[in-house]
Amino acid sequence: MGKVLEKEAFGLAAKDNSGVLSPFSFSRRETGEKDVRFKVLFCGICHSDLHMVKNEWGSSIYPVVPGHEIVGVVTEVGAKVTKFKTGDNVGVGCLVGSCGSCDNCTEGMENYCPKLIQTYGFKYYDDTITCGGYSDHMVCDEGFVIRIPDNLPMDAAAPLLCAGITVYSPMKYHGLDKPGMHIGVVGLGGLGHVGVKFSKAMGCKVTVISTSEGKRDEAINRLGADTFLVSRDPKQVKDAMGTMDGIIDTVSATHPLLPLLGLLKQKGILVMVGAPVKPLELPVLPLIFERKMIVGSLIGGIKETQEMMDMAAKHNITADIELISADYVNTAMERLEKADVRYRFVIDVANTLKPSPNL
Amino acid sequence: MHQSLETVRESLAQSHTQSKTMAKSPETEHPNKVFGWAARDKSGVLSPFNFSRRDNGENDVTVKILFCGVCHTDLHTIKNDWGYSYYPVVPGHEIVGIATKVGKNVTKFKEGDRVGVGVITGSCQSCESCDQDLENYCPQMAFTYNAIGADGTKNYGGYSDNIVVDQRFVLRFPENLPSDSGAPLLCAGITVYSPMKYYGMTEAGKHLGVAGLGGLGHVAVKIAKAFGLKVTVISSSPKKEEEAITQLGADSFLVTTDPQKMKAAIGTMDYIIDTVSAVHALYPLLGLLKVNGKLIALGLPEKPLELPMFPLVLGRKMVGGSDIGGMKETQEMLDFCAKHNITADIELIKMDEINSAMERLAKSDVKYRFVIDVANSLSPP
Repeated sequence: MGKVLEKEAFGLAAKDNSGVLSPFSFSRRETGEKDVRFKVLFCGICHSDLHMVKNEWGSSIYPVVPGHEIVGVVTEVGAKVTKFKTGDNVGVGCLVGSCGSCDNCTEGMENYCPKLIQTYGFKYYDDTITCGGYSDHMVCDEGFVIRIPDNLPMDAAAPLLCAGITVYSPMKYHGLDKPGMHIGVVGLGGLGHVGVKFSKAMGCKVTVISTSEGKRDEAINRLGADTFLVSRDPKQVKDAMGTMDGIIDTVSATHPLLPLLGLLKQKGILVMVGAPVKPLELPVLPLIFERKMIVGSLIGGIKETQEMMDMAAKHNITADIELISADYVNTAMERLEKADVRYRFVIDVANTLKPSPNL
Repeated sequence: MHQSLETVRESLAQSHTQSKTMAKSPETEHPNKVFGWAARDKSGVLSPFNFSRRDNGENDVTVKILFCGVCHTDLHTIKNDWGYSYYPVVPGHEIVGIATKVGKNVTKFKEGDRVGVGVITGSCQSCESCDQDLENYCPQMAFTYNAIGADGTKNYGGYSDNIVVDQRFVLRFPENLPSDSGAPLLCAGITVYSPMKYYGMTEAGKHLGVAGLGGLGHVAVKIAKAFGLKVTVISSSPKKEEEAITQLGADSFLVTTDPQKMKAAIGTMDYIIDTVSAVHALYPLLGLLKVNGKLIALGLPEKPLELPMFPLVLGRKMVGGSDIGGMKETQEMLDFCAKHNITADIELIKMDEINSAMERLAKSDVKYRFVIDVANSLSPP
């Protein structure tokens, strides 16, 4: 058992790499002078949660309380907190700490700080392992708390805290946010569907690139994509060669890069936000002969996460979610593994997460 | 769409067939007899070759060739490593010579001028890329050799006594740049200069890694130092260290096979120029980059490389490429090198030493570029 902190908490944790989640009692620190404490209303299920509960990246420290798409209502703020007050709608994404003084932190890129602390599974300053949002409440340093604008429904806004910022950040950073640009989105899951919405709101023409024809109707009619391309169909790929300014690749399975590079215009940028575990084959010639680039991106800084959330509020962008009860979470994880969700599960924490009966 | 390898192969195949059916030999294809050395098959062995070139047109400059650098691409092409060589191949795209004729529309050059010809001698001159002085990215771009020129015939390169080139693709050779050691700048120089400018790698004080110390690498070190960068040479051969530091001016040297030194260098470089053309691991190089670091791949490996995703994603790192440069920036590069006294380190050879030079080049046994003394050693039989 880890160190016991001042306030009782309860949630769902995976205890081993079976990844099965079950009720879990633990503790959180009391509200420090810079902390915001909030009751969790909803928490999105990110694919990373699935990777972590099963220890697929080899870094999991059990028990793991996942969840980094957390929204709720503030119940208490520390004496030095200026930006939030009790009753505010807030959210916390993937980060809860960083060094605050390196180049990355001072430039609003806490997500690249070498000492970054993720919302769950990381060692915090008090030597405990951080626990995420599959739990009744959270306490978090004010600097990592996001305001959720009033007009955004809390449940459907939750996934923006990871999925939203993950696609928004590289679109802005690489200048792929200009009206009239042609952006490809590879993969139509949690990241992909939000990518389509943001890109459309930025005034871009959007093509969804998928391995299965079956998602065409949804992509165009429900999500508003302009076109749909099946990457396994050589003719469709050939017809679209050299037409895209940028591609956001959300696919985390191993997949070929050559056709994607071919879809880019000269100087086009392929942004990798999915994180395949095995290296991919990199054909160098398209990079050289057409001055194309491949770049990675990891969530975003706190300031730009707030900016993303405000843009979402302005354009009414939310995730398409399936709201589930806490006791459905293991089934949800099984379905997530098969990509059987349109497009994010969100746990109705406040209404369905109960403390362990053994308490 | 860019002239990919496939379309180069196709257009060469078509022209090859046409030439055969028209029964025109290289000697009779054009009005003016020319002598050079060509490879006739994928053994890559070069030997004397009689061919012909067009008359000097109104936009053309005829160049009597003094020197021609031996680029690694020449070796790849004569051996058909990339599968699109159409023999006979007269290589050579680092050409320095004297203008002997200029067409009536030629304004930038006059007879007697010292000029250079690099990797490309043709483009459509009307597309977006050409309008932006990026002829190297024009879909109709034609290489100086082993490609089809504007008249539909095959281009032959600088291992020959003269060449006829549209003025747009001729460069003025600055006065204080020597012809022999300046020649390799026409390919190696622009190939490293262009991405340094394009990717913003010229900020004084930033840290550049140069992977591979051959023709491209050694010029990259010199140009980077002229921009005020701190330069680390990254190499698998420890014996290159002394030269790198004392002769080329690198600040430090990192041996890739020394795990401790590689570990200590993690996250220290703003950019890396990767000139290595053999298949090699990108993972350790990506680790050397700081967050937001850029790795620019310039070498042309025969097979795809392995790209690990985690370093890219976790550090917002980038892998990009670059292909020589446009004509305007090639001139800019030559002027920059003249100003900073940057030349290649060369080994001057005679034309008939080319085959042993190619064997040595295949083993990277040259410091750092062979240059053929064409004018003094190329003589018809």
